[in-house]
Amino acid sequence: MKFIDEYRDKNLIGIVSEKIHSISTKQISIMEICGGQTHTILKYKLEEFIPSNINLIHGPGCPVCVTPVEYIDRAIELSMKQDVILVSFGDMLRVPGTEKDLLSARANGADVRMVYSPLDSVKIAVDNPEKLIVFFAVGFETTAPANARAVLQAERLGLDNYFILCSHMLVPPAIEFLLSNNNIRLDGLLAAGHVCTVMGLNEYEILSGKYHIPIVAMGFEPLDIMNAIFILIKLIEENKCNVENQYSRTVLKEGNIKAQKIINKVFVKEDREWRGIGTIKDSGLKLRDEYSKYDALLNFVFENKLTKVNGVCIAGEILQGLKKPSQCISFGKECIPEHPLGAPMVSSEGACAAYFRYRRIDNCNIKCKM
Amino acid sequence: MDIENKNNAGQNCPLPISNYKQIVMAHGGGGTLTQQLIIDLFVKVFDNSVLDLQHDGAVIEIDGIKLAFTTDSYVINPIFFPGGDIGSLSVNGTLNDLAMCGAKPLFISSAFIIEEGFPIEELWKITLSMKKAADNARVKIVTGDTKVVEKGKGDKIFINTSGIGIIEKEVNISPLNCKPGDVIIINGCIAEHGISIISKREGFEFESKIVSDCCPLNGLVQEILMVSKNVHTMRDATRGGVASVLNEIAMSSNMGIEIEEDKIPVKDNVKSACEILGFDPLYVANEGKVLVFVAPEDSDKVLQAMINHPYGKDSSIIGKVVEDNPGMVIMKTLVGTTRVVDMLSGEQLPRIC
Repeated sequence: MKFIDEYRDKNLIGIVSEKIHSISTKQISIMEICGGQTHTILKYKLEEFIPSNINLIHGPGCPVCVTPVEYIDRAIELSMKQDVILVSFGDMLRVPGTEKDLLSARANGADVRMVYSPLDSVKIAVDNPEKLIVFFAVGFETTAPANARAVLQAERLGLDNYFILCSHMLVPPAIEFLLSNNNIRLDGLLAAGHVCTVMGLNEYEILSGKYHIPIVAMGFEPLDIMNAIFILIKLIEENKCNVENQYSRTVLKEGNIKAQKIINKVFVKEDREWRGIGTIKDSGLKLRDEYSKYDALLNFVFENKLTKVNGVCIAGEILQGLKKPSQCISFGKECIPEHPLGAPMVSSEGACAAYFRYRRIDNCNIKCKM
Repeated sequence: MDIENKNNAGQNCPLPISNYKQIVMAHGGGGTLTQQLIIDLFVKVFDNSVLDLQHDGAVIEIDGIKLAFTTDSYVINPIFFPGGDIGSLSVNGTLNDLAMCGAKPLFISSAFIIEEGFPIEELWKITLSMKKAADNARVKIVTGDTKVVEKGKGDKIFINTSGIGIIEKEVNISPLNCKPGDVIIINGCIAEHGISIISKREGFEFESKIVSDCCPLNGLVQEILMVSKNVHTMRDATRGGVASVLNEIAMSSNMGIEIEEDKIPVKDNVKSACEILGFDPLYVANEGKVLVFVAPEDSDKVLQAMINHPYGKDSSIIGKVVEDNPGMVIMKTLVGTTRVVDMLSGEQLPRIC
């Protein structure tokens, strides 16, 4: 398949692997920010192509994983209201809240529906005028434009039964949070290509300059990742702190201006809690005042219940790259995809889910004899 | 044996229910939770030697005649989809389960649960489609039942079919029979049914229409059994896809299975759809794909027989059975590394971004 197969070509990957081996001398740690990239690395076992002096650390870029428990509890609470249809992306349905997940809420009679596009949630609102539709708007800069578009569409149609439960997060503030943490030693960053597609590279130039660290905007296919690692290692070996763009077939330096405009029209920055990590300044998006009639938090009454995260889950440390999933005592035991203790075991972008799926039995030293 | 409904066994619950106090959709998804229900509840409670074989259908012997007996319920949405409908699916699905036991399907039952208000015209279409599928496979629909439930208590129409087939004396096909060295052959491209259904249900428009692979496999299976006496195992890779079925076979036979990613046929339009949705085609449902486990000395002639059949044109050898890593499926990836291919855990949910 065009634009896919060539990026999974083992010969090309082998060539880049040799190039990485030929230039890499330092003992370094680099972090891929996005959970989608973590999955590609584990799915194709790309570590086998990288010298052992390069330590790959997995970052916090899994939107499902970092959505605060409080929001999941509120989504569940909303879904249990008689007149509400709670609409969500598929990935969110199995993330555990304090007591249960949205799938369990659905089994208990809640009307929970899964959509592929935020605009589908507007259609549900049009088709069900007697119901109140709440769209669980999560994700990073990648989903924000489409979610903003949904709000504008609801406004255009004059809907008064459409709301969003907004838990948008912004990636650069989280990167800055990690870079300013003295316990985390990073020599280079591999930035999430799709976030950069929307927002461009300017924010990364600022971070790179401030923290003296090279950053490479990276795609998601195996060859993308190998190429980006090569570019990053070269920068590190040459002691350069540039921002480079490996994913140039998609990422422009200025980003997608139209998408940025629509985000700014509908949303405004606010401090936001990252699940397992804590509150990070200006790292979230909320609806601007002029769109407050669509804000579920302002238009529904919530019970004042305490939220709780499972105490043994070390998701916070995993999301900050301080520990790997296999270092968690619950990993693969009490915590498995069927009953996850934390969000990283749920999502198709979560590091624990990736380790469980592709890496759980690595100790057996599996080799295929074909 | 399949699961889609709640069942109250009236005994102490032996299930470690994985924190679920109620049935969730994933219990019917063909993955780990489905397996748990089957093994820890139904097989344990119903407890008999026929069920223990965990075949697609029961293989029973009456007065020296070997029979295959199976049942399946069809609750698909949408009921009409590119390449088929709930009627043809309900006939083909059941006769495929019989074929996987090595049986020649003979008779099928049909039980309808219809929601009040369902258009008679659509029921006609479905019934005619069942008749056509049965005629095509030379089976007869010989008994049935009709129930109507109040509007809102069902989803348009549910169909249950059961089937009986006869197994030739010398044929002995079972998931437990696969042996180290067995070659694994699939009869064509995977993931078409699941992607066709989801595209229709969600209104996705792809450049070219993706059509379900729903078809009867009994003719193909008869051809295979004619050319080889060394076919050990056959399974149709329905819910949970190729990966889940291979895992089931690896676990029940306690053998290792090795497959090669670049040998698994997937059409480009299906691959694109999977990329967009974040699905792994290995876990997407098929309704006309069989995995054949055959001794290596017969693999060429079985492959050739499959390629010569209309439902096997794109057949391909995808892997083999090994003694290493018992109970596990290992895959050589496109880039040359190896990794575990796990059982599908829960439903495959589309990713956020």
